[in-house]
Amino acid sequence: MKMDIEKVARLARINLSEEEKKTFGNQLEQILLHMEQLNRLDTSGVEPTSHAIPVVNVFREDEVRSSTPREKILNTSPAQEEGHFKVPRIIE
Amino acid sequence: MEYEPVIGLEVHAQLLTCSKIFCGCSTTFGEEPNTQTCPVCTGQPGSLPVLNRKAVEFAIKIGLATHCRITSYSVFARKNYFYPDLPKGYQISMYEYPLAEDGFIEITIQGMKKRIGIIRIHMEEDAGKLKHGETPETARFSYVDFNRTGVPLVEIVSGPDLRSPQEAGEYLRRLRAILQYLEVCTGDMEKGTFRCDANVSVRPKGETQFGTRTELKNMNSFRHVEKALEYEIKRQIRVLEEGEAIIQETRLWDASQNITLSMRGKEEAHDYRYFPDPDLVPLKVGEDWIEEIRQSLPELPDRKKERFIQEYRLPEYDAEILTSTKAMANYFESCVRLFPDPKTVSNWMMGDLLRELKKDEREVDQCPVTPQHLAGMLSMMKDGTISGKLAKDVFEEMYRTGDLPEKIVQEKGWIQILDTGEIEGAIKKVIQANPKLVEDYQRGKEKVFGFLVGEVMKQTKGKANPKLVNELLRKKLKG
Amino acid sequence: MTIHELTIHQLHDLLAKKEVTAREVTEALYNRIRVVEGQVQAYLMLTEEEAYRQADAVDQKIRRGEAIGELEGIPIGLKDILCTEGIQTTCGSKILKGYIPFYDATVIKKLKEKGTIFLGKLNMDEFAMGSSTENSGFQITRNPWDLKCIPGGSSGGSAAAVAADECIAAVGTDTGGSIRQPASCCGVVGLKPTYGRVSRYGLIAFASSLDQVGPITKDVEDCAILLGGISGFDPMDSTSVNIEVPDYKSFLIKNIKGIRIGIPKEYFIEGMDEDVEKSVQGAIDLLSQSGAEIRSISLPHTPYAVAVYYILCTAEASSNLARYDGVKYGFRSNHYDDLLEMYSRTRAEGFGKEVKRRIILGTYVLSAGYYDAYYRKASQVRTLMREDFRKAFEEVEVIVTPTAPTPAFQIGEKVEDPLQMYLSDILTIPVNLAGIPALSLPCGFSRKGLPIGLQIMGKHFDEGTVLRVAYTFEQSTDYHLKKPPIT
Repeated sequence: MKMDIEKVARLARINLSEEEKKTFGNQLEQILLHMEQLNRLDTSGVEPTSHAIPVVNVFREDEVRSSTPREKILNTSPAQEEGHFKVPRIIE
Repeated sequence: MEYEPVIGLEVHAQLLTCSKIFCGCSTTFGEEPNTQTCPVCTGQPGSLPVLNRKAVEFAIKIGLATHCRITSYSVFARKNYFYPDLPKGYQISMYEYPLAEDGFIEITIQGMKKRIGIIRIHMEEDAGKLKHGETPETARFSYVDFNRTGVPLVEIVSGPDLRSPQEAGEYLRRLRAILQYLEVCTGDMEKGTFRCDANVSVRPKGETQFGTRTELKNMNSFRHVEKALEYEIKRQIRVLEEGEAIIQETRLWDASQNITLSMRGKEEAHDYRYFPDPDLVPLKVGEDWIEEIRQSLPELPDRKKERFIQEYRLPEYDAEILTSTKAMANYFESCVRLFPDPKTVSNWMMGDLLRELKKDEREVDQCPVTPQHLAGMLSMMKDGTISGKLAKDVFEEMYRTGDLPEKIVQEKGWIQILDTGEIEGAIKKVIQANPKLVEDYQRGKEKVFGFLVGEVMKQTKGKANPKLVNELLRKKLKG
Repeated sequence: MTIHELTIHQLHDLLAKKEVTAREVTEALYNRIRVVEGQVQAYLMLTEEEAYRQADAVDQKIRRGEAIGELEGIPIGLKDILCTEGIQTTCGSKILKGYIPFYDATVIKKLKEKGTIFLGKLNMDEFAMGSSTENSGFQITRNPWDLKCIPGGSSGGSAAAVAADECIAAVGTDTGGSIRQPASCCGVVGLKPTYGRVSRYGLIAFASSLDQVGPITKDVEDCAILLGGISGFDPMDSTSVNIEVPDYKSFLIKNIKGIRIGIPKEYFIEGMDEDVEKSVQGAIDLLSQSGAEIRSISLPHTPYAVAVYYILCTAEASSNLARYDGVKYGFRSNHYDDLLEMYSRTRAEGFGKEVKRRIILGTYVLSAGYYDAYYRKASQVRTLMREDFRKAFEEVEVIVTPTAPTPAFQIGEKVEDPLQMYLSDILTIPVNLAGIPALSLPCGFSRKGLPIGLQIMGKHFDEGTVLRVAYTFEQSTDYHLKKPPIT
């Protein structure tokens, strides 16, 4: 399968240089080729494993715990203003 | 050609848990921005979600109340997309394995009952809130508040079973009533605790295939949903009649212009890349748990309506309206407890009370006239303290001021005159002023009696007890 | 023997007997770091001030005559993937440069409560993606046995620091071999516990269904001690399992009579280094002589492990790493005019090559039209691989294999060939896919003098038997006592 690397990079929000598109494209093609060996296996009727352990129903009770002080949350941000995280304007 | 609209609704309802769905932050609305956040709901590296049991219970309640099958296996999945209000870059939702499936809600439309299918109900986390800069300095920026991030939501997806904006409105009101009865959601569209997107298409009447649909968003009230659907249906018919094709797209309702607008160009093709969230384990809701929750369900609108008909001997029409919201039903029952004449209470609620509320776009639980007020007024009417005519004025006054009826009647001096001496004085004056009519009456002209009663009432500024006036006047005239 | 060369259990005895103070121990370690760190470059950051504060608290306690725990006053290093409150945590990535978490990982909390001293944060492959630590966004760590060689990865800083005596022990993480392979490369002991044994809360996620925290130590006894210190159920991690933590030291008995050990034929692959094969064969013989019953077994789906793993781990990573978007923390590009550009430039400039490659791959295998062919298919084959192990463990108690097909390779040797790099993980990956525990310990040296590791896998939550077999082997050999030629 041939990957449309530009489309995938856009979906992943990574700006790739022309150089990267080329090398990644080639490398990923090889890797995908290797992965095609899975098609040799008949997996019809096999349940997928999407969780590492066979545990179900893990809950917490509906109890309020104190939140983190706002300065701590905001201090890690590259851009903040008046109690908010600041981003380029979102066009609506 | 005659066209038929096909409508399906997706409702997002915020669940009334104390804490968020995957962390212990409070869900209180309207706090200072970013004060109800923690490592989990701001997506700090390394943080992990743990599911709120109460949120699951609430979602199961909704499933049971809408006659859904609670699935024995459901899985949280990640819906991946980038947006600043989504701190992890994905929303935890359900996809392949939702919590509940295959239910219905019954609505009444023009006296006819109709079942609207519920395809699925699933749980997810809410996103944060964005504010856009409004001053020249801030206009280039948007501002993110994560307080709402992680508030539990259910998404309730109806079948494409609705055939008019009115049906859509009915369905929404019914669904909201159920959520409110269950006390799992405030159902406030303006505040966004109850949100609705609509899928709508049109097709020639009689056609069985669906037409191309558009998705409508940004409708913040029941009225908007109905108006947006009306507009969009007309627009689609117009497009088809002009020989063009409907484009499958998302359209936003613009309430200021009363039109829907295409988002084309601003919305890129989504590819959410759903996959099971490895940080959460699957849910297996067993029969025991379902049964326990079923036992705890309150009386729901349909059941309550039947009971109102039986217990209070109300006509179906009255019962339907009085049970349309939990607040209405509670109001009615509190009032009847204080003034045990259900039909009179019902008449006043469906008449004056609803009229006033509608005028102000208020809900019954925001009504200044409480059940105590109304029952008090009705009691005064019954024991003759005020006349039925005055009662209307008392009601308006109660609604305007929130004062108790006793106080209003006292202050306005609206208490009926029961003092026979005072009434006799007025009668005397009327007789003296109308000797001709008195004579006519005494000669058997019964008709003038009513006029004389009216004159006496006028003399007493309407406050005399009409029954007493009748008795005393007749006695006097007979001499 | 000098202080920095000691093990946890040796140091504990000295501290308890008041023959040395925690401050002296800490000073000895920082002195050692000053001597060799220029060559090894294992640490991304040293936290001296905090370490001495922790040491003094332990010393006060000892002076008051109170008893101390086994980990109390022991200076260890932390892979920079664990969130430490108030201390920069980068995950080896420029995108998190300057990120100071405001909370501690559960593992950190547990170790703090036990009085362990943290010397600093250790280098790693960016977001734990790599087998050589060459993918670190900051520096290349070198193998103390041969400075031209890689220390393995992704916990390369942790294994190198332990091997070079720059810490008494270290905490690493393992997603596809990231503890065991560097332990093997550096001649130390590394254990990946059962998935769910140790809390992942505060461990910066690479592939959530595979990641697990574990100890890297100088010997098996230390491994048992440190494992006990970090294990246990955590209500903050839905995937941590509520099973009682045994006293792992009670499994340290030099006796494996009657223990059935499986040798999977699929693990002795083409292209395996001769020295590795010889050492591992020698180890198997030794285990047999010690009374174990050696059985040949089959794990038939092993050849598919690399394909399955690199589909699943990249898929999960593409989602786990979406949060690094320049909004809430870490790096934001200066070159953008709108939101879309802010995202894609921040991520282009902040992430390194391998991370970008894996995000692209992971995004692709989940995207519309490819999900079934890749992600779902791989998840199904994962089920088959788990079945392989389930069946094998009906016959045997542990499975023994080489940890890596070759000893440490040279820096730069495989950088340009990601597929070759991925294929070298084949022997460690199946363990993560199955969620079982596995340990690597030294079992010999190559002709060039590079350490070779033996991998011992166990049943879910049976770290005890794994430790017992490892201990028996270790106590019958002296590989763990050899020191790298670094001074």
